[in-house]
Amino acid sequence: MMPARIKIKKGLDIQLIGEAEKKIIRCVPQTYALKPTDFIGVFPKLLVQEGEEVKAGTPLFFDKYREQILFTAPVSGRITAIRRGLKRVLLEIVIEASETGEAIDFGKADPNTLSREQIIGKMLKSGIWPMIRQRPFSIIAKPEQQPKAIFIPAFDSSPLAPDYNFLVEGQAEAFQTGIDALKKLTSGKVHLNLPDGSSVSNVFLEARGVQVNRFSGPHPAGNVSPQISSLDPINKGDVVWYLRPQEVLSIGRLFLSGTYDATKLFALTGSMVERPAYYQCKAGACIEEMVKDNVKEGPVRFISGNVLTGTRIERNGFAGFYDSQITVIPEGDYYEFLGWATPGLNKFSFSGMFFSKLQPRRKYRLDTNLHGAERAFVMTGKYEKVFPFDIYPMQLIKAILVEDIDLMENLGIYEIDAEDFALIEFIDTSKIEIQTIVRKGLEFIRMETT
Amino acid sequence: MKGLRRFLDKIKPNFEKGGKFAKLRSTFDAFETFLFVPNKVTFAGSHIRDAVDLKRTMSIVVIALMPPMLFGMWNVGYQHFFSNGMETTLWQNFWYGFLQVLPIVIVSYVTGLAIEFGFAQARGHEVNEGFLVTGMLIPMIVPPDTPLWMVALATAFAVIFGKEVFGGTGMNILNPALTARAFLFFAYPKEMSGDKVWIADKLDAFSGATPLGHAMIGEVDKIPSPMDMFLGIIPGSIGETSTLAIIIGALILLITGVASWRILFSVIAGGLLMGWIFNLIALNEYMLIPAWEHLIMGGFAFGAVYMATDPVTASQTLKGQYIYGFLIGVFAILVRVFNPAYPEGMMLAILFMNIFSPLIDHYVIQANIRMRKKRWQKAEMNAVVENTLKQ
Repeated sequence: MMPARIKIKKGLDIQLIGEAEKKIIRCVPQTYALKPTDFIGVFPKLLVQEGEEVKAGTPLFFDKYREQILFTAPVSGRITAIRRGLKRVLLEIVIEASETGEAIDFGKADPNTLSREQIIGKMLKSGIWPMIRQRPFSIIAKPEQQPKAIFIPAFDSSPLAPDYNFLVEGQAEAFQTGIDALKKLTSGKVHLNLPDGSSVSNVFLEARGVQVNRFSGPHPAGNVSPQISSLDPINKGDVVWYLRPQEVLSIGRLFLSGTYDATKLFALTGSMVERPAYYQCKAGACIEEMVKDNVKEGPVRFISGNVLTGTRIERNGFAGFYDSQITVIPEGDYYEFLGWATPGLNKFSFSGMFFSKLQPRRKYRLDTNLHGAERAFVMTGKYEKVFPFDIYPMQLIKAILVEDIDLMENLGIYEIDAEDFALIEFIDTSKIEIQTIVRKGLEFIRMETT
Repeated sequence: MKGLRRFLDKIKPNFEKGGKFAKLRSTFDAFETFLFVPNKVTFAGSHIRDAVDLKRTMSIVVIALMPPMLFGMWNVGYQHFFSNGMETTLWQNFWYGFLQVLPIVIVSYVTGLAIEFGFAQARGHEVNEGFLVTGMLIPMIVPPDTPLWMVALATAFAVIFGKEVFGGTGMNILNPALTARAFLFFAYPKEMSGDKVWIADKLDAFSGATPLGHAMIGEVDKIPSPMDMFLGIIPGSIGETSTLAIIIGALILLITGVASWRILFSVIAGGLLMGWIFNLIALNEYMLIPAWEHLIMGGFAFGAVYMATDPVTASQTLKGQYIYGFLIGVFAILVRVFNPAYPEGMMLAILFMNIFSPLIDHYVIQANIRMRKKRWQKAEMNAVVENTLKQ
């Protein structure tokens, strides 16, 4: 079938310094962790204790509300710590990797010959199932549900994002096997969404059994929500599933080798990284090894993910379950004398209020300074410029703030996720924490309606 | 600057909770953040943020107000000396106008900011920057001869009843500066109209009527030449006379993206259309004034650029902004030509549409909701059809 060509018109590409060089550095971190906080709406029940030996694929915890969903160890080794936070919330289950690299055998199989139930069973048991998430709400997919389609956004448009072509290079077999398994999970289409106008890896081009769509335009063109809403918008009651290519590879390898092989590439990026490059390790890796002697002097912030939606972690923290990018940027805890009045040649702004606008191609070294303080909503009509949906963002935010479920539904809350408001939060003159508000709204409506 | 920073850091604890001057915290905070962009870093959500903030935005608007303000000062001087039959230099004109206008600016800022600081303090909020613009707008839309106590009273009324009772910056329904102007207009009609107030300290023998004043009483032949009106060498409120200077300000607002071009251009479109319709009807001499000439008379240009585009009181949906702006243009000319009691239709048109902008937004959003619900229904229908076909 001819690929659908879609142009995302609204958005913003934030050009930053510190893109990862296309070379792979092997990295063998000593510790790994699974973080229950990476999974929205999961209430973890532990299955292991400190000191216990585990193999790759050993269940570590399950979801209290959906017991069949298991979360398993990405590597073999010994549980060295189980960290809890406020109110005893389970934060991290830390594994010290052993050198043997043992893995539980879930059995090789050709997904084409398996039934939907068999495929789901294998994925649940091996702990690979949580890689598939659903919209609305971005929670882990419900195995008993039939999604109306599965979306694979095969490029990332966010700042300093990894090149997905590079991530999947030479892994055509695993990718195709993953697709074969996914095809069985939906009666609808499996959408493979590629960038338009740039070269694309043969791994993607030669994939069989998918509907290829081409997207162009600025960030968030690579986010799944604008892709869904331009191809097959979510209506009330609809469910679609989505996952990213490295997760398709993991699914493929499960069927090819019979084991949970959590190997993946991380792009280490950001202006504070000495040698930004790609690192090969496993999901949940401790970043200490990657950033050792590789970070510039000064106060820095480590982020698992990108600068817009990532999670703040420590220097010896762990990569998030869904992340394939680590970003290191300078902290911005300094005062700036009359900072609001400077010409602003070095300041990045989406508005035209700084002279930096005269150099549209330059790249920036942005830090974490808020550049102001929280204010009331004043500058109306600006959010829409970076929001490629037929949705009124400010009105939706206000509906969330007053917890009006009907209005949230009517204004299209099922079609978006917190990450789609990241650019709005970035450009917001009033410095309001909009992603937090949207996440709360989504959780509120999920709790009230289920 | 380090010394200043150290000083601020030293006295800061006094203003924190439990400190000696904890009650003055908002005031300290306002001055501190004015001097230094705070060291606050992102906590949740996006780790990096746009360099823009409300201080930057508001100061851009103040900069965009400078061309008409500076021209207005010159013109106040020029009109004064001209009405007295004196020949003067550019600097003499400007200096006279400067001395005439500066007290009005000071009174407006001092009154307004004092009230704003008071409210912020009482509520425990940070001081919002909105008044930086309002405080500059008020002097520019009053006649040069306005007594200072009237300026103070009108400003206080506008800030308290136009803004703070609704919850402060961002919550107001009416444009605060226009509220001040309307207050003066309705509370002191004798002082605010007629031919006397538009020129500072003029000789009684000199007419001194504004172009709108002439037009209102049918003296269309006495309206100054279009060139004089475009340049602004005419009597009028301090900042409103020069369309040229206002265009420079408009360009600043449009290039920086502060003002909505949708509103600006639809106000002009609405004004032109109404003027043109009057040309067709042509019942009296006023209706015969070319439509484009309306744009350079009175407060039309000033209102379109600086008042209609106020992001808080305008329509907040992009589609709504077209309707909102267009109707402002239409009503401004309609009121101007039809109602001799209110020669300046622009003020009333904007205030009127301020009140209606939430309604416009409501209908625009309802249309979006209907579209979404229709899509839901269609999807449901399709599912039903598919299911029956399967069986």
